[in-house]
Amino acid sequence: MTLANLEIGEKATVKAVTGEGAISKRLMEMGIVPGVSIRVVKSAPFGDPIEIRVKGYNLAIRRTEAEVIEVSSAIN
Amino acid sequence: MVMEIPNPTSHETPTAPHLDSPLVIALAGNPNAGKTTLFNALTGMRQKVANYSGVTVERKEGNWSVNGDSAKLIDLPGLYSLDATSLDERIAREVLTGNVDGLSKPDAIIAVVDATNLERNLYLVTQIMEFGIPVIIALTMVDLAEKQNVEIDTQKLSELLRIPVIPVTARQKSGTEALSLRAFEIAKSDVTPQTSWIPDSGGIDGNGKEDIHLSLSADDSANRQIFARYNFISDVYQKSVKPVDDEEARFSEKVDRILTHKFFGLVILIAILLLVFQTIFSWAALPMDLLDAGFGALGENVGSQMPDGMLKDLVVDGIIAGVGGILIFLPQILLLFLFISILEDTGYMARAAFLLDKLMSKVGLHGKAFLPLMSSFACAIPGIMATRTIENRRDRLATILIAPFMSCSARLPVYALMIAAFFAGQTVFGFVSLGAVLMLAMYALGILVAVIAAFILKKTILKSPPPPFVMELPPYRLPNLRTVIQNMFTRAWLFIKRAGTVILAISIILWALTYFPRGEAVGSEQLAVSGKSEQTHATAIENSYAGMLGRTIEPVIKPLGFDWKIGVAIIASFAAREVLVSTLSIIYNVGEDADEKDPTLIKAIQNAKKADGSPVWTPLTALSLMVFFVLAMQCMSTLAVVRRETNSWSWVIFMFGYMTVLAYVASLITYQGGKLLGFS
Repeated sequence: MTLANLEIGEKATVKAVTGEGAISKRLMEMGIVPGVSIRVVKSAPFGDPIEIRVKGYNLAIRRTEAEVIEVSSAIN
Repeated sequence: MVMEIPNPTSHETPTAPHLDSPLVIALAGNPNAGKTTLFNALTGMRQKVANYSGVTVERKEGNWSVNGDSAKLIDLPGLYSLDATSLDERIAREVLTGNVDGLSKPDAIIAVVDATNLERNLYLVTQIMEFGIPVIIALTMVDLAEKQNVEIDTQKLSELLRIPVIPVTARQKSGTEALSLRAFEIAKSDVTPQTSWIPDSGGIDGNGKEDIHLSLSADDSANRQIFARYNFISDVYQKSVKPVDDEEARFSEKVDRILTHKFFGLVILIAILLLVFQTIFSWAALPMDLLDAGFGALGENVGSQMPDGMLKDLVVDGIIAGVGGILIFLPQILLLFLFISILEDTGYMARAAFLLDKLMSKVGLHGKAFLPLMSSFACAIPGIMATRTIENRRDRLATILIAPFMSCSARLPVYALMIAAFFAGQTVFGFVSLGAVLMLAMYALGILVAVIAAFILKKTILKSPPPPFVMELPPYRLPNLRTVIQNMFTRAWLFIKRAGTVILAISIILWALTYFPRGEAVGSEQLAVSGKSEQTHATAIENSYAGMLGRTIEPVIKPLGFDWKIGVAIIASFAAREVLVSTLSIIYNVGEDADEKDPTLIKAIQNAKKADGSPVWTPLTALSLMVFFVLAMQCMSTLAVVRRETNSWSWVIFMFGYMTVLAYVASLITYQGGKLLGFS
């Protein structure tokens, strides 16, 4: 499953960052690397982008980016 | 012995290693890490802002001197990484590899690291260390980290990274002493940082462009490198920081429950924007009037000191009036920059982009484009300069190209004059003022055309795959007053410097167009009594090149309902849109000082007759002119800024061309369509 499948408030561990070069690189540079834990904080008014918390800070990404982040099943 | 004389050049003895070039120290860090505040604290007001040649990345340099040591301090743009994917990153890389003209390779790098966001901030540090230049960490926001109960063992951190770590709080200037001491020490040394996380050490040697391509083409290996750096950081982090419970709802997330709430978030955003614009218009009114009066007085004063003649007219009517006409907008521009700075530094700007990204992306724009566009309602110039926050070049260009469609404050006098002359006192449905409806319609027309234009531009010439939208939502923080104010003045000064020469040149050209050629009739001007002198002004403009130009273009603008006099006014208003009002006043002999509320001017416009006795102006003409002003690129300052920001004349020409064509077509539809529907 991917990060886009998580509900608001759910946490998961990143398994892999797939997707095209520039995007996966950008996401990894921002700390979304395999093994890190991620929490979905909220989604914007029109459902996109979403706010996540990773490595102790908050980040906004679009759902298309969330779809390339593979995560383990949600931990509540 | 001679050395003791406090002569600033005395210690630069011929044997000094940095003979001609003083030490160069670069300041690098993530956005929001407190880099600018630290830069200001270290350099004071001794700084210089320019652009890196050929690009719009700000090049900030300052003179940093402590206890007889001095260095050139370079403030790099805020960065998350040094992989050269964005323009900022590429420039930073070139500075660090010594590939920038007039800058030698830095002797040391100060990595600014936010203590409240240590792990991600350390990522850039590892990349910086790979450049083989001595690195020192300035650990900022330590006071805030303490408040959050984050315990950082700086000693341990320094040991693990094998580079000095100095906690500083830039606001109170504490720690800057220790920082300068160690920074100068390492800058004079040759200690290269150890990069143990790179599998076969040596790795990236920072040779500039070549390995950029290498790292871009080899995605897998690039990702492995990122992973290796984060693994190292994670290890360092666990050994030097006592982590706090992350689940504790942080202050910013609590605030965001309201500020980025699905409903209230949008309401508050609109309220903030209304407040900002209301404040800009009301606060700027007084200084604008003062500046206006000031330039008027200056013109008169200079005029009375100079002998009559061409030179006097050039200085008073050309230079002072022309440049003054732009500079009166400076209070608005300053205030806009002030609010932009505050919104950025508090962290709200990112939230606004977060809230609106979905809407903006529907027309192919980035969430960050909303602010430049909003700013453009006051003035397109700060709006276009604010597009720098948009990383993707095509997204940024699209935003620049549509920004002038937002009805700026210089269009207001034009709308107001037209409404006062032809639509005053009329109502729609018996109670809504027609003037207000028209005014609103003009704003709406601009927005509608901007949306359509953005959509088309992003589908055609600016087509690009959607760039990744990865945006930090920084914690809310109180802005540093000094940084905010300094920011405001720096940007305003950049505008004056950038646009100044072009504005001056075009002011003179426009003046010359309305002044030359001068026939024998001029001599009579001195004899003319007050009322008559306006008459000669009008005749002069009629016979001028502008007048001729107006007549030449008359066949072209006739289908829009305009005669040659309106043509002249349109040409003259290229200096600034509101000049239309004063030009019409001159042409209709009302006197130059009439404003849009002047009853004589309004009457003169209403009563102007064509040769056959029919009125020149009808409500439909007025409407057509208003539509033309919504869409036409009638502003030399904006074009000057676009030239600077895009670094190309072709975009300027394209912008001018497509906006003029759109304005013409829309006016044509308005006028001819209106006539077909039986309006006059």
